[in-house]
Order: sequence, then C-alpha cells, then structure tokens
Amino acid sequence: MNAQVRPRTELLLELADDELILGWRNSEWTGIAPFLEEDVAFSSIAQNEIGHARALYDLAAEELGTDADALAFDRKPEEYRCAPLVQLQLVPDWARTIARHVLYEAADAIRIERLKEHEDAEIAGIAAKIEREEVYHRLHAEMWLERLRGEDRYTAAVDELWPYALGVLAPELRPALAEQVGREQVDAVERSAPGPEFAELWEEMTMVRRSAPVGAQW
Amino acid sequence: MKAQLTEAAVWEALAEIPDPEIPVISLVDLGVVKSVAVEAERVRIEFTPTFMGCPALDVMRARMEDAVTALGGEPDVDVLLDDSWSTDKITPAGREKLREAGFAPPAPQAQGSTTLLQLQSAVHRCPYCGSTETRLDNIFGPTPCRSVRYCTSCRQPFEQFKTI
Repeated sequence: MNAQVRPRTELLLELADDELILGWRNSEWTGIAPFLEEDVAFSSIAQNEIGHARALYDLAAEELGTDADALAFDRKPEEYRCAPLVQLQLVPDWARTIARHVLYEAADAIRIERLKEHEDAEIAGIAAKIEREEVYHRLHAEMWLERLRGEDRYTAAVDELWPYALGVLAPELRPALAEQVGREQVDAVERSAPGPEFAELWEEMTMVRRSAPVGAQW
Repeated sequence: MKAQLTEAAVWEALAEIPDPEIPVISLVDLGVVKSVAVEAERVRIEFTPTFMGCPALDVMRARMEDAVTALGGEPDVDVLLDDSWSTDKITPAGREKLREAGFAPPAPQAQGSTTLLQLQSAVHRCPYCGSTETRLDNIFGPTPCRSVRYCTSCRQPFEQFKTI
C-alpha cells in the first residue's frame, strides 16, 4: 500500500473501510444491546456492512493484486481511510449509537445514490446491490428516529456527531445531507490518519490474523 | 464422461444442491445461477450472490464446483457482484417449498423503495395456520435474509423472507 493508488481504488477503499469499521462497531452491541430485538438487528446490520466491505475490497484487490482479507487486516492503522464518524467507540451509549446510525444511513444513502450512476459499471452495479440491503438499515434507523426525536440525550448526540456525519461525504454531497437532516452545514470532521480510538479497535480486529501466518488452516 | 457434460446435465446437477441454510430449497430454485455455459470440459457458471454478508455463499460456490467436477468438468464459477439477483428470482416452486417449510416467501418487489409503512402494513399469511392476522415483530431475524413476524391468530412467531 502506498499513496500512489488510483482514484478508483481510493474510492473503493474509503467505502470499504467505512463499512468494515462501522460493522465492527455495530457488532460491539452483540449480546449487550438494550433488548433482544436490537441485539439481533445490530448484529444483522453489522453482518451486512461487513459483507459490503468484503465485496468492495474484492474489487479493490483485483486492481492492487491482493485479496480482500489482506486489505481488511494487513494494513497498518494509519493506512485505513475510514471517516472519523465510524471510528468512535460508542458502547454503552445507546443515544449516541442511534444518532450515528441515523446520520450514517442518511449520508450513505446520498453516496450510494450517486454511485449507482457511476461511469464504472462495476462500481455502479455493486452500489445498486448494496442499496437493496441498505433500505432495511434506513427503515430501522427511521423507526428509532421516530422514537427518540426531541429527547434531550438524542438531540445532544446529534449535535455532537453532526460535523462527523458531514465528513463521511465528499464536499459536493454535503449540502444534500444538510437538507435531508434539516441542519446547517458546519465545518466537517474530515478523513485523516486514524487516532488512538481506532488503534485500539485495530489491535483487536487484526489480532487473529497477526498471530497466525497467512494461509493458516484450522 | 464427456457425453454427460451438457448444459442440461449441469443445470440438473445444480438443481440437486440444497441451500446450505434453508435446505428445502435448491440453488436453482433460489435463482442464484444466472447462466451455465459448457465449452469442452470447461463449465462456466455465473453465480449471483444473495445477501452480500451471507456466510452460505462460499459453501454454495464450493458445492457447485464439486457438482461440476463430479460430472467430469472443470468448474469456473464467476461470482457476479452486480445487481442481477433479487428475491423476485426465487422460482414459484421455490416459494412453495419455503412456505411448506414454515417461511413466508418474500413479497414481490414493489416500484420504488420499500417504506416502513409498507413493511408494517403488508399482508403476510402465517405459514402455520394461514391467517393474515400477522404483524412485523423485527425487521431483522436469524440470518440477513429474514425478518421475524408474529401471527396473532395462532400466536406463533414465524420467519419471513425479506424482499430485496
């Protein structure tokens, strides 16, 4: 991996990293969500997001001459390109978790809609396939938004995470998100080399891969 | 060996492979085999995955390769990561088998995106008692492809295939 990757690869890795890391964060609720239905929902959403990441890594891997697992687990922490929003460790705060869920799904919907029109047929195809599953994530987020809208803790969480949500999208797509969410556009928390919160996640996420040689069979 | 290696023979073999998670339905009934092409020994199968995070996909692929090998062919399974699979690709026979096994089959794909209201108000027949007095209990279920519904007539929770 180096800084010379093509824009197409860059785009695929950004998308894949967002989905992998959000999937990982969502899976941290498995077993400890506030009630059983949410345990199932968050685990299932996590599984979908990680599935999307795998397909996106597969496409990037073809260009880079590697494989999806290598891209997901063999890079150094500073090489990941995920947005700061997905890196935040929010367990056990349910209000902030739902705020991130609602904001991420809104941003992701705008991004996918744009990618479905992409001139690269493979990217457009994968975006359309991802969209079929994302519909259900949005419906789930919508259900929670109806429940928590106007609650103090939820509002405070959205206030806090709003600049992060803008940072998920390329600058030209941010006005659409501001309109969708009904908020003023502010300075976004931009993608940059991941911080200490991510390093901790990376340690755990890559532990098995680092402890066993590539190609190990169980 | 080669005498057996026709496209029809390959389709027939694939129709014998059960879905790894819902074995009442075959891969052909599930609609994931988009095409089969035989050129001499080489058998190219276009495979369209269902849900992208479904762990059964690798198993399906391996079993298709085994089936082709058993016919004396060289398998070349091409995984298509495009938008060609939807739940509308499940065959009528496949839908019936799902129902008999206690899964409500997916509703047909509607125009435009599904809304929460549609999901909650859609009529799904209970696969156990046939009542339409059922409600959505959880959008998500035990696998990515299923939702959980509850029948208020026979008080039985049941699983329903998501429409995607």
